[in-house]
This record gives sequence, structure tokens and C-alpha cells, in this order.
Amino acid sequence: MSLHIHDLRATLEDGTEILKGVTLDIPKGEVHAIMGPNGSGKSTLSKVIAGHEGYLVTGGSVTLDGQDIFSMSIDERSRAGIFLAFQYPSEVPGVSNANFIRAALQARLPQGEELDAVAYYHRLYAKMDLLEIDRKFTARSVNEGFSGGEKKRNEVLQLMMLEPLYGILDETDSGLDIDALKIVAKGVNAMRAPHRGFLLITHYQRLLDYIKPDYVHVMAEGRIVRSGGPELAHELEKDGYEFLKDLAPA
Amino acid sequence: MNSPVPAPTPSAALPALPAWFTSRQQAAWSRYLAIPTPKRGDEMWRFSNIKQLDFTGFSRSTGVPAVKEDGATSLSPHEKTGILPVIPDRQDACLPLDLIARSSGLEDTAAKLIFINETLVHSQSSLPAGVLCLSLAEALVSHSALVETHFMKQEPRLGSAKFAALHEASVVNGVFVHVPDDVEVAHPIEIHHWLAGSNTLIFPHTLVVTGRHAKVRVVEMFRSADDLQPGLAIAFNDLAAGPGSKLDYVAIQAFNELSRVIQINETAAARDATTTGFVLNTGAAWARNESLSRLEGPGARSDMLSVSIAAHAQEYDQRTFQHHVSPGAFSDLLYKNLLYDFAGTIFSGLISVDEGAHHTDAYQTCRNLLMSDTCEANSMPGLEINADQVKCSHGSTSSQISEEEIFYLRARGIDSAAARQLIARGFSIEVLARLGDEPLESLVIGFMDEKFASIAKASN
Repeated sequence: MSLHIHDLRATLEDGTEILKGVTLDIPKGEVHAIMGPNGSGKSTLSKVIAGHEGYLVTGGSVTLDGQDIFSMSIDERSRAGIFLAFQYPSEVPGVSNANFIRAALQARLPQGEELDAVAYYHRLYAKMDLLEIDRKFTARSVNEGFSGGEKKRNEVLQLMMLEPLYGILDETDSGLDIDALKIVAKGVNAMRAPHRGFLLITHYQRLLDYIKPDYVHVMAEGRIVRSGGPELAHELEKDGYEFLKDLAPA
Repeated sequence: MNSPVPAPTPSAALPALPAWFTSRQQAAWSRYLAIPTPKRGDEMWRFSNIKQLDFTGFSRSTGVPAVKEDGATSLSPHEKTGILPVIPDRQDACLPLDLIARSSGLEDTAAKLIFINETLVHSQSSLPAGVLCLSLAEALVSHSALVETHFMKQEPRLGSAKFAALHEASVVNGVFVHVPDDVEVAHPIEIHHWLAGSNTLIFPHTLVVTGRHAKVRVVEMFRSADDLQPGLAIAFNDLAAGPGSKLDYVAIQAFNELSRVIQINETAAARDATTTGFVLNTGAAWARNESLSRLEGPGARSDMLSVSIAAHAQEYDQRTFQHHVSPGAFSDLLYKNLLYDFAGTIFSGLISVDEGAHHTDAYQTCRNLLMSDTCEANSMPGLEINADQVKCSHGSTSSQISEEEIFYLRARGIDSAAARQLIARGFSIEVLARLGDEPLESLVIGFMDEKFASIAKASN
């Protein structure tokens, strides 16, 4: 049981190839981190898995526990168990956070079944407390006027509420101070479980001090160029991405 | 063919209308005949669908079958309006009871009045002493001088002078609310208007007057008895806010989509008065709203608000006028339109600052959210400033939902249709929040959600 990415190729609408054959297997229970310089295709990988329509898949496959996700719409993928924590979450004016998360949960229920509101708020408040989010947050419009840290905490709150099978975190650490980073990591660590896999996309090793990955991969120019254990992150932190120069792709 | 319904005969028991009123009606009728019908090319009717002004085929309602709420029929004149009831035929006998039952609204109201066409069929109230809330027909007799002081005082200047004259010449009933000095009405006064029968024409009129430091909120709902019969309403609401008073008026227009409506609002705000006018449009094939706020004293404030959800081939045509007569007054307009399918909206707004109306603050914003590629939103904001030290701004935008926003919601498992509805609803919420009254917001949201559901159903 895994999120399996095989020889994935994707282009922008103008035909520019961004992913040039990515292969990666994320079994349940494991946390994988992808690191790499800007423009290496890390964020694109996450968006293609989530179903962003700005990219065209030109080859390869992604399967969720054996199920082809490219036959599913964006929202079907989410309901099937994929969660993308956005690097730049959208603002949704006039839609309160509480109603937004509720709508997402409601979408997972069979037609005609109503979410139990009391149980919902009980659970929501418990997760908010863990992420040190003020109660007033529920009435605020989704991400509108949020600080960078608040937006990222909101992403992790949604992750905790939706309980996906696979969580993909796209640069969740960017723009966070150390305290906010610790809180976000606390939320993600609370969600680590034998029945859940994670893919962390990050530019910096710092996040991995708080969310310990099982494996670290390096992405460059649309491919995974190195894979290793957690020690690889420290090596990259020390030596940077200089070594990539020696891996001149064909 | 339906059997002809007997027309209400003026009853001997009906008290005579005051002379000032009948002479005004006659003058208005002459004016109606003299004013030319708006035509293509008239500035006030720019972009309008002039064809909608052909009212051929519509006729006055002939009353409603009178059935008391206990189910017994009555043949005596209505106790308040004096209008003689029509003998119910079998088909219509249950209509009033059915409509009274369907007139749900706010939980807490200070008064509730229900009209079927122009007949008051239900009225209940628990108003503070001194507050008048009665049918216009009754008020014309019992409080003639008070009604005369405030009835249709302002010059209609937004294009519908002809229809305002027709209204004035034809009006037989409506609501008169008068709140004396220093009296606050805690809960809203709720008025239901039901348009019943085929090709029925009604002239609802609501006159609300507040004394010094008085406070009241009036909520009107306009609906059709069924979805299949076209109707026409030429409605007028006349609001006169006395010094330091607070007067809020909410109109929910949810007629069936075969009907047409012209709704004229005229608000006068005296020194330090605060007025809020809100219009929701979800119904009618075509609606023309003209809203005029006149700031008559320093410290006066007028908030002009509207949400319109236009779908299918609906057309909403809104014209507004923020008239700063006095220095030191404030007005703020926020209109939001959601457009689906082949729908069209027109917004034409003018802020006019008279000579000497210094230190005016006036703002105007119209936002259109285009939900299809085939809808059409026209906006014509305008300013006329003849005073100094004035703060004014006007802006109008049209946009579509961003793909990134839709992607974000869908990535949370919300399907495309539900995501678009959430965003559309959210777009409108900013306006409702300005009402600052949760039960009222919920009531309005209920009507909006009904419209969203009908849009979703039609697109399936």
C-alpha cells in the first residue's frame, strides 16, 4: 500500500517539460522528504498529484494504493485520500474557516447524510487547541488577511480534520518563524501513523529537524537525482546543491 | 378559461378617502398620461431592455377569496381595509390559508402583516405604545394628515417618473409605519407580499416614518403564489428618517421568474439620522430598482446595499442616487451582483454633492462576479461634486472566480459546483454583514440558498 509515482512526466500548457520522469514510492507509515533547488520541479510534482489543471501529464503514472489517480478529478483525488498542503493557500472571501472545513467533510459523506455539527466543533476545537489557534479563527474568512504563519497552520488544521491517507506538504515551512514551525511540526507529527504516508517538500533542512523523515530525496531538473536516509538532509545543508553540477543530465 | 372573478364593489361601509389623496391620484393619473414612455436612447434607460415596459395584458387584482384563519368564509368587508371579499370558488378557497402558512420569516418580529395582492389578510403585532403600523388604506382614513406630510415627497428622478405617477394614481393599499420620538422598536416589522393570479398587477406601497431618536427596522418579502403565472408589481417604499433616528429597510424580491417588478425607493435622512436600505434580488424575469437617498442634515448617514443573483435570462436594472443636500453627511453604497447563464445586470449610480454640501463623505462600489461567459454586467458609476472638502470615491469591478481559488476548494474534496457556490455565497456575505443582525442575515441567506439550489438544479 503506497502512493506510487512511476516515471512521471508533465509539461506546462506551453509544452515546457517540468517533470522529466519522476519515480518515487511512498509506503504508508513513512515520511519522505524531497529537497532541491528552486525550479527543480518539487512544487510541480505536488500540484500534478493533486490534479492542478495548469499542467499536462505526458507520461507515467501515479497510483494511490493501486488506484490510478489520473482517472480521478481533483476533488475525487482529495476524497480518495490525497491531501496537498499549499505553499500559497488561496483566500476565499466571505467563507468562514469553520464552514469551509465543514463543507470539505460534508463532501466525504454519502448523499443525504448530514455532518453532526456538535461533534464537528468538538473535534475542530481540539485540533485548533493543539495548533494554538485562537477560537475567533472559525468565523474568519478562509486565509483572508492571514499572516504567513496563520495560513500554514490553517493548512495543517485542514490536514488534521480531513485525515488523508497521504499528506503532501509543499514548502509548509517557508515564511515561518521558529515558533510557528514547531507548532506546525507538532500537528504533522501528531498525524504520523502506520496507515498514513507523508511527502514533505522543502528547500531547507530546518523543517526536517522537527519532522524527522525516513527518507530524503533530492530533486533537480525534473528528476530524483539522489535518495538516502535523514543524513542526506544534513549533508545538503552543509555542502549545498553544488554536487548537482557533476550530475549533468543528458 | 377561468371563470371571471367578481370585482370588489366599493362598499357603503368603506370610509371616504381624504380629498388631498384623491386629488393627488387624479393629478398623478394626468401626469402618467403626459409623461412619455421611456425609449431606447434615454440616458436613464441606457442598456435597459425597454421591451419589458410593455405592460399589456396585466390588470389590477380583483381581491382574494376571503377565508378567515379558522377556515370559515366571510362575506363582510375586511375589518381593516373595508374591502369587500370575493366569494371563494373551490379552486382558490384554500389560497389565503396556504399563503399565510407559507409566510415564514424571522422568529422575533414586532409586527407581521401579510398581503395577498393588495389585500391585507393577516396582521399581528406587539408594538410599543404610540407606534403606528397599519395598512395604508386604513391610515389614509385614520391618520390622513400624518400620511399626507410624508407620502411620496420626493421627485422621482431616476427614470421611472411615469411609473411612479402610475403608482401614485393607482395605489390602494400598503403599509404605514410611524414611530414617534424616542421610541425604539426592538424587533423588525415583517411584511409579506404575495402576488397571486395570472397577469396580476399590484402597487404595494410602504411608508415608514421615524420621529426624533426613534428606531425601527422593516423587512419586506415579495413572492409569487405559484411559479407559473406572470405578475407585475410597481412598488414604492418611502422612508423618512427623523433627526437622530435609525431606520433600516430590507426588501427581499423573490417573485417567480415570469414576473416583472419596478421598485422605487426614496429615503430622506434628517440631521444625525442613520438609514440602511438593502435589496436582495433573486426573483422576477426583470427587475428595475431605483433607489434615491437624500441626505438632508449634517451627521446624516445612508448605507445603500444590494445583492442580486441573476440567472437564466433574468435582468436586473439598478439605478441609484446619493444626493448630498446637506454638508457633513455620509453615504456608502455597496452593490454586488452574481451573474449566471445569460443573465444581465445594469448598475448606474450617481453621487451628487450640492453646492454648499461641504465635508461630504460619499462612497459607491459595485462588484460583479461573472459566473458564465455569456452573462453581461454593465456598470456606470458617476460623481457630480459642487462643494469643497469632499471625500468621494466610486468604483466598479467585474471579475470571474479565479481558477486557483476553485483548485484550492476542489483539492479539499469539494466538487466544482459546490466550490463555485461557496465562493459565490461568500462574495455576497460582505454586504449582508453590513446589516449587523444575525437572524436577518440568516433569513436573507435562506433566500439566496434557495436561488443557488435552483441554479444548481437547472445546470444538472
